[in-house]
Amino acid sequence: MPAISFKNVSKTYRGGQVRALDGVSFDIAPGEFFGLLGPNGAGKTSLISILAGLAQASGGSVEVMGHDVVDDYAAARRALGIVPQELVFDPFFSVREALEIQSGYFGVKGNGAWITELLENLGLADKANANMRQLSGGMKRRVLVAQALVHRPPVIVLDEPTAGVDVELRQTLWAFIARLNREGHTVLLTTHYLEEAEALCGRIAMLKTGRVVALDRTSDLLAGRASTMLRFKTDATLPPAIAAQARITGRIVQVKAHDAAEVETILSTLRSANCPVEDLEIGRADLEDVFLEIMQGATQ
Amino acid sequence: MSAIALQGARTLFYKEVLRFWKVSFQTVAAPVLTAVLYLMIFGHVLEDHVKVYGTVGYTSFLVPGLVMMSVLQNSFANSSSSLIQSKITGNIVFLLVTPLSHWAWFVAYVGASVVRGLVVGSGVFLVTCWFAPISFAAPLWILVFAALGAGMLGALGLIAGLWAEKFDQLAAFQNFIIMPMTFLSGVFYSVHSLPGLWQGVSHLNPFFYMIDGFRHGFFGVSDASPWLSLAVVGTSFVLVAGIALELLRRGYKIRS
Repeated sequence: MPAISFKNVSKTYRGGQVRALDGVSFDIAPGEFFGLLGPNGAGKTSLISILAGLAQASGGSVEVMGHDVVDDYAAARRALGIVPQELVFDPFFSVREALEIQSGYFGVKGNGAWITELLENLGLADKANANMRQLSGGMKRRVLVAQALVHRPPVIVLDEPTAGVDVELRQTLWAFIARLNREGHTVLLTTHYLEEAEALCGRIAMLKTGRVVALDRTSDLLAGRASTMLRFKTDATLPPAIAAQARITGRIVQVKAHDAAEVETILSTLRSANCPVEDLEIGRADLEDVFLEIMQGATQ
Repeated sequence: MSAIALQGARTLFYKEVLRFWKVSFQTVAAPVLTAVLYLMIFGHVLEDHVKVYGTVGYTSFLVPGLVMMSVLQNSFANSSSSLIQSKITGNIVFLLVTPLSHWAWFVAYVGASVVRGLVVGSGVFLVTCWFAPISFAAPLWILVFAALGAGMLGALGLIAGLWAEKFDQLAAFQNFIIMPMTFLSGVFYSVHSLPGLWQGVSHLNPFFYMIDGFRHGFFGVSDASPWLSLAVVGTSFVLVAGIALELLRRGYKIRS
């Protein structure tokens, strides 16, 4: 039985004029660390919303641990812990009160020891009695994670959990989530930080305009696409032939090369154009390169 | 309802009570003060000029009316303001992802509204009862109409909170529907003192029956039979509760 199962899920808005999801189907096995990637507007949030019961699918079905999210919503939601994308909080309560209340909604009481463990593992122990309004953005994000985990769900959904948070929280959060994953929890992650997805996710699905355009093991995605990237810095204007295929971030230029001959061709083109480069390196393509290649391919 | 579901509903009820209790200066003390000011002003001006039901002094008549008005307005305010705040700040997501059924939402929100209405109503009564002699002719009617009225306004607050997308819309609901229906229900006067047409119009207002039935519990006399009032208020409550439950079941304006 899959931990999460999407079967031909579609979602339309405004009477069918806007199609956010178009026949999305895939399963996530128990214990997987799964990444759901896609550009803005790809349908990630719509899919997560349907999974969480925040939205209803226009077609298809979704199951969590074998429970349909509509017909058997109570069991499905008890198996899910959702970390929402928006930084929301209830200003009336302290951190511990918020966690106790969230726990109670799921029918769980007397789990003070687990709440204390969550607070300690997420670096919130000294903020337990602070009002939510007094916390920084990063601290509020930690509380959102704790609220999602407070009823010990077997499936955890993290919807861009590290958007706009500092390095310390990222490390604390990923260490804790990785531990939960090792202990058997299934994790579904959506993120725009592709290096995080590459490092953490065993399998990845990529969405574009509501359709799955890639679904594979992370290692296979990396191996099956452009294997070599040429990276360098330059202040000069690139020759048009290079500029057309390069990814440029400030002074950093990255150009795809499939083999050594192609690397040599690129370098000779740069030399001929008198384009000085520094910090030149040749490396394997990372997930960002694969992501862009797949998204461009899906456009064509 | 299973034990787990019951615990969930109980937690939401507790959270809603805690929410208003944490700001009780605003949610309890302020409406008590407002009611006392009404009593002092209207009572002072009209005490020597108006007798109701032949023997009841105006200030005595006013006390139950003000108590019930406070019960109704605060019950409505509790559920409606809590929902709209959660919707606008986005923290309603904490509830939407839980296994709580629409029944659990209804029982918890309306239950907490009833508690706030009764707490404020008791506060108003405890402060105002010193201003005039008060009797308790039929205490059971007092409890029945206070609870039913608070429940109906709590459910109406749920509907308004679900419907409104801005504080402005909620204020319009409160100012253009709840306030007029409350003020024109006989809080400050007996409908028998009105011209025939307006007596008839008043009898179409379910709030009139809530206040009239509630007042019957104090004086043993009222403009309408308490049984008729019970029938009207009970039917209204069932109707409003049914609408609120259906909106919650559909996830009206809270699930897309």
